[in-house]
Amino acid sequence: MKNEYLPKTAPAPPPVADRDFRISSACGVTGIMNRSGGLFSGGDIFESICNMKERGNGLGSGFAAYGIYPDFGNQWCFHVMYDTEKSLAETEEYLKKKFELIHCEPIPTKNVKNIGYRPLLRRYFMNINKRAQREFYRNISDEDYVIRCVMEINSTIRNACVFSSGKNMGIFKGVGEPDDIGEFYRIKEYKAYIWTAHNRFPTNTAGWWGGAHPFGLLDWSVAHNGEISSYGINRRYLENFGYKCSFYTDTEVIAYLFDLLVRKHGIPLERVGNILAAPFWSSIERIEDRKEKELLKKLRIVYASALINGPFAIIVANANCMFGLNDRVKLRPLVCAEKKDFLYIASEEAAIRQVCKKPDRVWMPPGGEPTIGRVKNKKSNRNRPHYG
Amino acid sequence: MAKGKNYSQFLVGRDDGRCVKCQACVRVCSNEVHSYDGKTDSIRSDSSKCVGCHFCEEICPTEAISIERNKSQLRKNANWTQDAVYNIVRQAKSGGMLLTGMGSDKNFKNYFDRIVLNASQVTNPSMDPLREPMELKTFIGSKPERVAVDRPGKLMKQLEIATPIMFSAMSFGSISLNACKSLAKAAADFGTFWNTGEGGLHRDLERYSSNAIVQVASGRFGVNSEYLEKAAAVEIKIGQGAKPGIGGHLPGEKVSAEISRTRMIPEGTDAISPAPHHDIYSIEDLKQLVFALKEATLYKKPVGVKISAVNNVAPIASGIVRAGADFVVIDGIRGGTGAAPLVTRDNVGIPIELAVAVVDERLRQEGIRHKASVIAAGGFRSSADVIKAVALGADAVYIGTAALVSLGCHLCQKCYTGKCNWGIATQDEALTKRLNPETGARQAYNLLRAWSMEIKELLGGMGINAIESLRGNRDNLRGIDLDENELKILGIKHAGQ
Repeated sequence: MKNEYLPKTAPAPPPVADRDFRISSACGVTGIMNRSGGLFSGGDIFESICNMKERGNGLGSGFAAYGIYPDFGNQWCFHVMYDTEKSLAETEEYLKKKFELIHCEPIPTKNVKNIGYRPLLRRYFMNINKRAQREFYRNISDEDYVIRCVMEINSTIRNACVFSSGKNMGIFKGVGEPDDIGEFYRIKEYKAYIWTAHNRFPTNTAGWWGGAHPFGLLDWSVAHNGEISSYGINRRYLENFGYKCSFYTDTEVIAYLFDLLVRKHGIPLERVGNILAAPFWSSIERIEDRKEKELLKKLRIVYASALINGPFAIIVANANCMFGLNDRVKLRPLVCAEKKDFLYIASEEAAIRQVCKKPDRVWMPPGGEPTIGRVKNKKSNRNRPHYG
Repeated sequence: MAKGKNYSQFLVGRDDGRCVKCQACVRVCSNEVHSYDGKTDSIRSDSSKCVGCHFCEEICPTEAISIERNKSQLRKNANWTQDAVYNIVRQAKSGGMLLTGMGSDKNFKNYFDRIVLNASQVTNPSMDPLREPMELKTFIGSKPERVAVDRPGKLMKQLEIATPIMFSAMSFGSISLNACKSLAKAAADFGTFWNTGEGGLHRDLERYSSNAIVQVASGRFGVNSEYLEKAAAVEIKIGQGAKPGIGGHLPGEKVSAEISRTRMIPEGTDAISPAPHHDIYSIEDLKQLVFALKEATLYKKPVGVKISAVNNVAPIASGIVRAGADFVVIDGIRGGTGAAPLVTRDNVGIPIELAVAVVDERLRQEGIRHKASVIAAGGFRSSADVIKAVALGADAVYIGTAALVSLGCHLCQKCYTGKCNWGIATQDEALTKRLNPETGARQAYNLLRAWSMEIKELLGGMGINAIESLRGNRDNLRGIDLDENELKILGIKHAGQ
């Protein structure tokens, strides 16, 4: 079913897209990972997300893939979209100052009938310019430097948007049905060990390519179904730590929360659920293990502003793992399955069964209980960061 | 010159058909409005003495009495209001400052009334607090920026409150012991805190001391190590919303034996709290007092600082947090008092809505918001005001006037006279015994319960099931009839945006 409201050939990019205000959206999410680290093509994730077309309305879909750029495994890879030539020139000038460009090319795409307008799409493989890195801060980690650069481009260069900024991974997204976006980006030609995908049903009509999901920062990617009622305070909380929320999406906030909690504060992934979808006080009271009780209480008190309230189902990935989580009362669907080394997380069981007819196990994780798949084989991932 | 008669603000009406001349009104009125004339078997009422507390009206068994505003009006004048004229008349007679009680009754722009709340529709589900858990539990105190999961360690002591509402500082002296007991018991029963004010901790209130925040104010009345030890938290009082920049004065005639013992001053002497703390002439001095109190309490209790909301409230609050306070109380211009000069109460300070918004924002900008909780105070009339203050950034609110109204107060603003017919703002035994602490506690408890339920209902409507997700969440607020600057200060959008 194609969306008839979507212009077939749009003359110009939508000038006020959802970049400038927050809109809510419902969605379908799916993720597949090979826990032994073996690479597999994007065919499965394509099939899986296309089986949930009902959950979107053609105003945004996307894919995240890990392990796709082994030739540039040590380089930071930015995927950038430009709505104007001018923003491209400006951004490239900025990148040249801040990074050493190793390789730059258009992101390969295919002409697809249903995708009329598309922005200029480029990818850059880069090393950090060490001198520029120390310009403002004597000690700034590579990751924090990259975040600063991404935030600066996204918040100051109009019409440019860095939508992927990790290593050996990439996000591909745009306005369209998942099958069209998948075809457009030639998803099936990539091989990765973790794939996630997203299909969007935003409540506004102006679709902006940067507003599609998954959302990425460093090698985090977030595919998210839900609307966060706590957005206002989550955003203000993150601003304390220097995160600029320039997209006004819930998903952006989730990505930054993961970066803050896991990378900066060293919270183990297993504990992230205790913060983002914290157990109720009454459940904490019932815990007998005194140490566990104290810890949960402490996490809730200290990270009160990081609690994500309202319905959500998220699939978060980084180079080492895939992570599924529901809100504390499970107001959005999320199903998990596994078959040998493969772990599947999706909004619907049908999306899993589409690509894995007979899983070894299928389960529905309760609200607030994370499902975590970790990559066992380190070889496939040469740039394993220290976190996660 | 014609002899001026006392202007009556109220007219005491009596329905003679209903009045059975039981003389209850004659006996109860502390202002001696009513008198019985045996010769004519009639009751007369001197309206000029009436303060409008409505006590006689409420206790009259036959509903014969009605207190109405005096219809007699001066010529209408937008500048020279009736109050302005009669205040001059009073001052021309007395040559003194005009005193008053409770919070300002001036018509300041009320921002709470111009802020509306959000609710969930379609894209996320609203929640029903009758069926889903809805959490109001709040922790007051300093929190670390992060938790090291692998390293066990305790948080600094926090005040755990079941609802983001506490009773604000009202001393034994400014209010009666029965009123203190009512509030203390209600707070303890509900799981929140009450505040001793600068009145010391009376021995009858010691059993509620684990729910008490004790004040250390400029007069240091009642402060000793036992007082600090028994309390749950300590609050340094710098200022009060009703009278920023000035101290307090409990006249000697109110300093009874009980008050004298509790405040540790001789019976019958004036209890004067100086305008400043004479050991705090600057922020570094405040830091010393904060840490002196922390030392004295072995770092086991939160130590907070209460200030009135004034022009530079944001940087002042930031300085207070940097001086080591675990919580900051901001008291707005509508905050109440037992006694204050009218001119101060009605003209000094800024509204709490604006103050709490700028304080929360400033602490966030400086990255120190986690170091202290923010408590807002000053004129909270309903659960809606509370939830809006929380959404603007307060961790909790203090209620004073609302709590007293739950005990019977009818806001006649005559607290300073000590003749409170409701037995609240008085030390006269005949009057204080009218307030039964058990009944008072039940009513104050009911108020906390009712407001908490309403807050849960509003939270659920927004699709939020824990109060911390609303705290500082200004996206859930919209302004109506506010200009751009006001919206900017409040950090909210206009309705429709």
